[in-house]
Amino acid sequence: MPARTPEQINEDLMRPLQGVSARYLVILAFFVAIVLAGLFAWGWQVNHGIGVSGLRRPVFWGFYITNFVFWIGLSHAGTLISAILRLANATWRRPVTRCAEVITVFALSIGAMFPIIHLGRPWVFFWLVPYPSERGIWPNIRSPLLWDFFAISTYLLGSGTFLLLPILPDLALVRDRSTGLRRKIYTVLAIGWRGTPRQWHRLEKAMSIMAIAVIPVAVSVHSIVSWDFAMAPVPMWHSTIFAPYFVAGAIFSGIAALIIAMALLRKFLHLEEYLLRMHFENLGKLLLVMSLLWAYFVFAERLTTYYGNEPSEMAVFWLTLTGRYSPLFWTMVVCNFIIPFPLLAIKKLRTITGCVIASIGVVIGMWLERFLIIVPSLSHKYLPYSWATNFYKPSWVEITITAATFAAMAMLYMLFSKFIPIISVWELKWGQHTEEVRDPVLARADEEEATA
Amino acid sequence: MSQVNSIYGLFPGPHSAERGMNALRDAGVPADKIVVMASEPFEEYSFAQSDRSTWMGWIAVGGGVFGAIAGFSLAWFVQTAYPLAAGGMPLVAPWPTGIVTYELTMMSAVLVTVIALLVGSRIPDWSDKLYDPEISYGKVLIGVVDPSDESRASLEDRLRRAGAEKIKATGRFASN
Repeated sequence: MPARTPEQINEDLMRPLQGVSARYLVILAFFVAIVLAGLFAWGWQVNHGIGVSGLRRPVFWGFYITNFVFWIGLSHAGTLISAILRLANATWRRPVTRCAEVITVFALSIGAMFPIIHLGRPWVFFWLVPYPSERGIWPNIRSPLLWDFFAISTYLLGSGTFLLLPILPDLALVRDRSTGLRRKIYTVLAIGWRGTPRQWHRLEKAMSIMAIAVIPVAVSVHSIVSWDFAMAPVPMWHSTIFAPYFVAGAIFSGIAALIIAMALLRKFLHLEEYLLRMHFENLGKLLLVMSLLWAYFVFAERLTTYYGNEPSEMAVFWLTLTGRYSPLFWTMVVCNFIIPFPLLAIKKLRTITGCVIASIGVVIGMWLERFLIIVPSLSHKYLPYSWATNFYKPSWVEITITAATFAAMAMLYMLFSKFIPIISVWELKWGQHTEEVRDPVLARADEEEATA
Repeated sequence: MSQVNSIYGLFPGPHSAERGMNALRDAGVPADKIVVMASEPFEEYSFAQSDRSTWMGWIAVGGGVFGAIAGFSLAWFVQTAYPLAAGGMPLVAPWPTGIVTYELTMMSAVLVTVIALLVGSRIPDWSDKLYDPEISYGKVLIGVVDPSDESRASLEDRLRRAGAEKIKATGRFASN
């Protein structure tokens, strides 16, 4: 990245926070409308009961749980990747980390809503919380669904603070450059950050500790989500490979989401000089590795099932490979491997556009993968009398809520980037400064020029 | 403008700030009277090395241990308070107990780290403290709090000669 003065960096990265264009408002209104439609659909479901969804015996997990797994997986984009890059001291991470961490917090919040939406009576959600009730009933610790409660709460807390702590210096920056009510709001939000050595050292130390803590938490979250399935005696669920398979898939979809988000930010916020082709290339390489790993897991899982030749598992196996769900299965393979592999493996094709196309494919493919893990297995469990005759079809309520979550993600991201610098200003300046330290003569000359 | 009695210089970058810091040290200003502020950590420079030592790592470990004890106790209590014999597992099943214990260990470690950061950094704090918004424009503030009246001219001169772009004063010095 060409060297810029701190003031240039301030100007460039603060620009998106100033003013609101008509185009921004139109796009935001579009997403808000979809979110409102989703809220209406959910209200409809609460009012009329869960029967308005397409969930019927024996398929009681459909779009909602697919979305739950998908969004929790997508949340691995940020904190996990950011923490790994931070610990590895990868200098190219600086413009990327906050874009990624924001995805985590929003995707996790959206994902965590789905078990509640999935409940027929969401108002009794708190029964999952271990609290001393008047009936003396305590939740069942042996249920993986309760592990979700603890894991998602921990990950949300870790990711939220991992995102918010390094925002403090940037909030102080916005505070100092604002006037009137805006200044008052940012003064409160910056909680008195002044940039003393004491504060910087504590922040750096806290971020190091959090980076170490958050990686195993991220891995545990998606492992636990996988155990929601693997702990059940259902064909093709009861598998030891599920935890690493889910974690790999989560990182895979997370990187793809990050690439798409970065491309959109680059285009709409004019961050071409900060989110460089190099960032997309590096993330593209990571995506390629994850694509290969995903293909390996899918192959390994199916190979074991095929050699086991257990009738119930083979029924699900053929249902996805050649049966009713085969169009979805092969679309998934195309999206997750056939399209991304050449686009990311061939250097000439690994452009920003190439990475974005591959990423869009991966996001679609990974949503299909979550669906294919859940629905075909529930349609063909061990006892033939419980096999589905009416196959699962999502209702308008489920489709609207699903669309609303994607819109909610876009809406939240747009709002966030309007109030907080989407690239960490102080980290970018520090990164540039660290490079200058390697070339002290140049740095001193710059400073003397500034003084003159 | 802050009511803290201080004299400080705003330096254009870390090299001149380093000179400013050395000038104050040479003038015999005690370390606890010198104040430094910047919009970047500048960890490579000696002027940004004060208040470095912290127990945060150990505090986080302590938080984790507390969380582990709390998590295990909660899991054990919940399983015995409402006994459910399921899946041939013992009443207090080790695997799920381990999972809940692990998650609460990490949650507590994270929470305690955040608290340690806030307490250690002395934030939130909206009270009147020495600060200059020009820091956000890339300037480094090096100054002295509560200097004696006699030393004022000498300190200003030293800061200026070190390369300070601006010399400012707050509190009672501002009005003189």
